[in-house]
Amino acid sequence: MIAAVLLDAWLRTLTLQDHNTRVVVIATTLLGFAAGAIGSFTLLRRRALMGDALSHAMLPGIGIAFLIAPALGMQAKSLPVLLGGAVISGLIGTFAILLIRHQTRLKEDAALGIVLSVFFGAGLAILGLVQQSPGGHAAGLESFIYGKTASVTTHDAMWIAGIAAVTILIILLFAKELTLLCFDDGFAAARGFSVVLLDILLMSSVVMVTVVGLQAVGLILMIALLVTPAAAARFWVNRLIPMLWLSSFIGAVACLGGSLLSAAVAELPSGATIVLTAAALFFLSLLLGTERGIVIRWLHRRSMRLKTDRQHVLRGLYEIVESHRIGSHTTDSPRRINPTDQPAQGRINRAAVDNVNDEIFVPVSDLFSMRTWSKSRLKRELRRCQADGLIKLQQETLCLTPAGREAANRATREHRLWELYLITHADVAPSRVDHDAERIEHVLEPEMIAELELLLSESSARFQVPDCPHSQADLITGAASPENGHSRGVR
Amino acid sequence: MTEIPLSISDLTVAYHRKPVIWDIAVDVPPGTLVGVVGPNGAGKSTLLKACLDLIPITSGRVEFFGKPYQEVRQRVAYVPQRESVDWDFPILAIDVVAMGLYRQIGWFLPVRKRHLQIAQAALDRVGIGDLATRQISQLSGGQQQRVFLARALVQQADLYLMDEPFAAVDAATETAIVEILKQMKEDGKTAVVIHHDLQTVRDYFDYVVLLNMRVVAAGAVDEVFTHENLQKTYGGRLTLLDQATEAMRRREIKT
Repeated sequence: MIAAVLLDAWLRTLTLQDHNTRVVVIATTLLGFAAGAIGSFTLLRRRALMGDALSHAMLPGIGIAFLIAPALGMQAKSLPVLLGGAVISGLIGTFAILLIRHQTRLKEDAALGIVLSVFFGAGLAILGLVQQSPGGHAAGLESFIYGKTASVTTHDAMWIAGIAAVTILIILLFAKELTLLCFDDGFAAARGFSVVLLDILLMSSVVMVTVVGLQAVGLILMIALLVTPAAAARFWVNRLIPMLWLSSFIGAVACLGGSLLSAAVAELPSGATIVLTAAALFFLSLLLGTERGIVIRWLHRRSMRLKTDRQHVLRGLYEIVESHRIGSHTTDSPRRINPTDQPAQGRINRAAVDNVNDEIFVPVSDLFSMRTWSKSRLKRELRRCQADGLIKLQQETLCLTPAGREAANRATREHRLWELYLITHADVAPSRVDHDAERIEHVLEPEMIAELELLLSESSARFQVPDCPHSQADLITGAASPENGHSRGVR
Repeated sequence: MTEIPLSISDLTVAYHRKPVIWDIAVDVPPGTLVGVVGPNGAGKSTLLKACLDLIPITSGRVEFFGKPYQEVRQRVAYVPQRESVDWDFPILAIDVVAMGLYRQIGWFLPVRKRHLQIAQAALDRVGIGDLATRQISQLSGGQQQRVFLARALVQQADLYLMDEPFAAVDAATETAIVEILKQMKEDGKTAVVIHHDLQTVRDYFDYVVLLNMRVVAAGAVDEVFTHENLQKTYGGRLTLLDQATEAMRRREIKT
């Protein structure tokens, strides 16, 4: 029975059948939209916390306005009067921050902290006095601190909606100039845009949104509505205008969801529900965002790791097979005929390339000892290679398939081209070059490979693998016998 | 007699009453490429910023084409230091270039197709037309510098003030910028470029200003860019050791 009544009440709220709820929810949603939009700019201008100080500094103004309004012949509880007071004390707080920053050597964060806490403290004290004044007890000024959409009347909602609409209009009109301000204020000033005026425009928009947001979200949590949607939107897009719209959308959804939840569950302050809804959207974006989300970045890293492992396996196999061939060909191996006749970068080991085409089974343990890699990681990559038809695994040995040979040729070739490039053009010592090449070769794009070929005058030789530059260095310096130099990996 | 693109007289700028640049007087001849050279902290950037009213000047006078800057903004283009902005900003290369047209576009109006065409042409001119729709953080340092240059180019100015355009850029970018400077000179335009690489001053510029808080010497490169003047500018520190460290530093930047 009770459940049925509750359900009915919920349904009435969620379907917006109650006129007051409907108006309030729509107004709050519009507020979220405007806050999301202006929040994108303050975030990019690195002024996000300014909004926090501003909203806290508004509390004393609300209390004072309530106290002195009757003396001026106005209704103490009328929203325009209270919000007027809020704006004035908010602005005083902002000027106090600027004053502290310019007149002392304190940094902005210190100034923000001081002003925020002092003004909020003063506001709490004044509210204490209000409680004792006649009629103060029922004034419901606390709703400005924590936010309570239930206390918003239809008339108040009109105000919220109107001011939110004005803010959105300002943003639309000045989107271009505000973008320039946030990106490069020096250039903006040089081109004759007044940075001070644009900053004032931006901050006044923040003031307007904040002041109408007080009732719905509360001054403590207002900052969340300015920062969270914009920060969430950044995970999805990398252009400002789409970010602006997405941030507005997220802000609107957060306010819609939050105010509905608060209206449905009587004791929940709407500020909290709105902020929590926004936070949920933020975490969703943090995880799934298509530009900077955690999942997409992890996938990128994983595919990079797989690609690197694949190249290491293929190159390792190539080098093992190559050293086998050279070992068995003894002294008349073509690659050892007059090694100093040709310039180092032009030498191509045709024999090795041809010979790699034979089917040679290599023990997995040989491949394992090529590099420092974990056995399980190597095994996993070998299984993947087999699935892709690049290698044949037989017991503890493996062999390249024709497709695998082609891929191994390519991987080795890219590595060695890059090594040669580093040795001949970047003066990297041959003994260090393998390491340096490793760091870069996996990200080489086809255009860069083509450029490398051109640079090393290799353009005519497609799919030929240059000789390993380490052995060349050894040959030239005579520091080691060719066999030793070549079996670098197998040792 | 053509008008003087940039005339600075008795310019002094002070931060907290400590002079940063002091009694600068330079007349930049039209149609020349001017290099501004001096050690770190010599006030090179400050000089450009003071000329453009970006920082308050303590005393002195700066005139562009015989007029105060406010009256001839359209004829003067500024390329700030690359490090002065956040390259993580959510914006595409072509949108940054279009910023050079914002004044022309006017208040309240959005960037339209024809402005984007101008921006694209400028990107083509600096050799990175294919990167127009990249987000700026995905560009290399040299490419970012070229975006800044393109943003100045769309303005069709007669005088270009560039703050360290050659700092930490790749060889391709350096060549591209030099080509554009040459083209500017052929078109009768003037460029004042802050430069840090003493080796290339002779190759790139016709006129040089040696700066170390004050103007040590200013004039045609052949006459002024002497070892003696350089020693004065760098406070006699330009020993072999300094040259060697300088060479090492440059090599580190390039590799």
